[in-house]
Amino acid sequence: MSARGIASGEALSWIGAAAAILAVFFLLMLMVGAPVGEALQGFFNGAFGGRRFSYLMTTLSRAALIIGMAVSVMLSFRAGLFNIGGEGQLVAGGLVAALAAILLPGPPLLVLVVSILAAMLAGAVWALLAGVLQLYVGVPLLVGSLLLNYPARYIASYLVAHPFRDVQSGMLQSHLVPQDMWLPYFPGTRLDIGILLIGFVAVGAIVYSYTTLHGYRARMNGLSPDFARAVGLPVTRLALSTLAMSGAIAGLVGAVAVFGIHHRYIDGMLVQPLYAWTGIIAVLLVGMAPWAVPLSGLFFAAVQTGAAGMERAAGVPKEIALIMQAVIILFVATRVSGALLASSERRGADGA
Amino acid sequence: MLDLLFDSSFAASVPRFVTPILLAALGGALCERAGVFNIALEGFILVGAFFAVLGSYFTGSPWFGALAAILAGIGMGLIFAEFNLRRGGDPIVVSIAINLLAAGLTTYLLRAIFDVIGAFTDPNIVGFRPIKVPVIESIPLLGPILSGQPILFYVALAAVPAVHYFLARHRLGLRMRAAGENAAALQAGGVSPQKVRLWALVACGMLCGLAGAQLSIANVSLFVENMSAGRGWIAVVAVLLTRGRPLPLFLIAVIFGAVDSFSFRVQGLGLAQQFTDMMPYLATLLMLVGLSWWRRRQEV
Repeated sequence: MSARGIASGEALSWIGAAAAILAVFFLLMLMVGAPVGEALQGFFNGAFGGRRFSYLMTTLSRAALIIGMAVSVMLSFRAGLFNIGGEGQLVAGGLVAALAAILLPGPPLLVLVVSILAAMLAGAVWALLAGVLQLYVGVPLLVGSLLLNYPARYIASYLVAHPFRDVQSGMLQSHLVPQDMWLPYFPGTRLDIGILLIGFVAVGAIVYSYTTLHGYRARMNGLSPDFARAVGLPVTRLALSTLAMSGAIAGLVGAVAVFGIHHRYIDGMLVQPLYAWTGIIAVLLVGMAPWAVPLSGLFFAAVQTGAAGMERAAGVPKEIALIMQAVIILFVATRVSGALLASSERRGADGA
Repeated sequence: MLDLLFDSSFAASVPRFVTPILLAALGGALCERAGVFNIALEGFILVGAFFAVLGSYFTGSPWFGALAAILAGIGMGLIFAEFNLRRGGDPIVVSIAINLLAAGLTTYLLRAIFDVIGAFTDPNIVGFRPIKVPVIESIPLLGPILSGQPILFYVALAAVPAVHYFLARHRLGLRMRAAGENAAALQAGGVSPQKVRLWALVACGMLCGLAGAQLSIANVSLFVENMSAGRGWIAVVAVLLTRGRPLPLFLIAVIFGAVDSFSFRVQGLGLAQQFTDMMPYLATLLMLVGLSWWRRRQEV
């Protein structure tokens, strides 16, 4: 086939994928009998509009957390480490951030900084736990990191349900962190400056991935672990340091959620919105290309807040966002990231 | 204290917890042996659980509920096959997407069809009744375990030797193993490995669908959002631990089921629910650690 033939075939199959995604969308709308025009209007309003752009701010605030988790996952995935335990690392960070801020004495700014660092440490430790299990015990990272999500979730739930519970609130949540530690809002909005922190980390991760020796070696390990080992890279240290970075970023995201958005730890606040899983699919959507990860995270955040807008405007259950995200991943990521993920150590890699 | 924990009603409750893990893990084992890396069991089960309730609610019969669960499971298997086998998507990516799809689809349909959020319970959902097995019923100790269980427990028990025999003797079973161990040889023999894998995914979907049915219309008669609650992941670990061999798989499933049942039990004794909820995952992790450690030592 001529090069042109291949190109047009490629374009055709992308059009086919887009048509299929749209077909699923309209099928779902048809099922609940929603007025499509109003729903779409609700979508764009929910994602980018609102009075004084309040919904746009919600989208950005959510995007910050998703992009943070996506960057965390991106570092691991590029290094060939299938760390799908971001949720546990996120929860560990959020919990430690809230508890440290409530319990530690001292000047607010100092406590804030210490709490954020403690959150990053907690996330890193949780990620390293999975790494140690893989490297020194032989438990595959994929399942080890995933299974560690559950203890993190339940330990956090226990701590805010019993010893550190704000009993008077009647909910499963910790006390509020002192108000002078809350991240300030941008003037005239309800968007906190946590997005700047995340943006800073995202830029750092992109620069790290493209330009540093450590990032280059990690990528080499991801593309061919055998080659990395053969040329004498310290693969164990490389894996552990990469996992620690991933975990620390996830922990930071937890801290941003606490100090910027909720101002306390509420049971399930980091688990139910599926930040970690959305981060993973945001990375898969763009085939792990670092520069595109923030855009992809923003896209999924808009899909989610847009779906909430469709629910308000046209009564479409907002869970449509989850379905559409999964469908998009099925049609797009399976094509983009097929080769990139082929280097995992799982068996049966000869297949497909 | 101890006899409070391990009385006969504890024993009788173990099969309820063994059944879903065992059924799903057997399905996962077929995929594993056929060379399909399927870690979407969680999503398969969840969809099965939902459609079991749907089928039972609209027909008034748990049998049609189970049938709906099977069909829905097959549907999930076909989606997996389409994107992994035909379009060549990475199985991990496909699995993650399918798990999310299952979570979204079940909550969406819950609201679209029944107009409820969170949980759906209704007198029209008819669950499976326990079956009393005549002679076995009166055996001391084993009686309450082996008799008086819902039908799916017996299906799961029968499925263990069936899958074992299928993989050891049956033509398609042998081809599945060939597809997993040496796909090129199978291809050279004129059999398409992809077609064989498709059958593995279909069978896996059926078994996971039944696992979901056990959760929603045998253990209880209702559907709760995300009610598979990690059991699919435990089944994945069971498959990894046994490398997809049905007989050891049975043992592992029984252990997990016992832990699950135990954690349910101690909840009644005042231990915080968070700790009992955590138990199955910690047990899974411990078992994984123990076996990996042991395998490493064997290899050295």
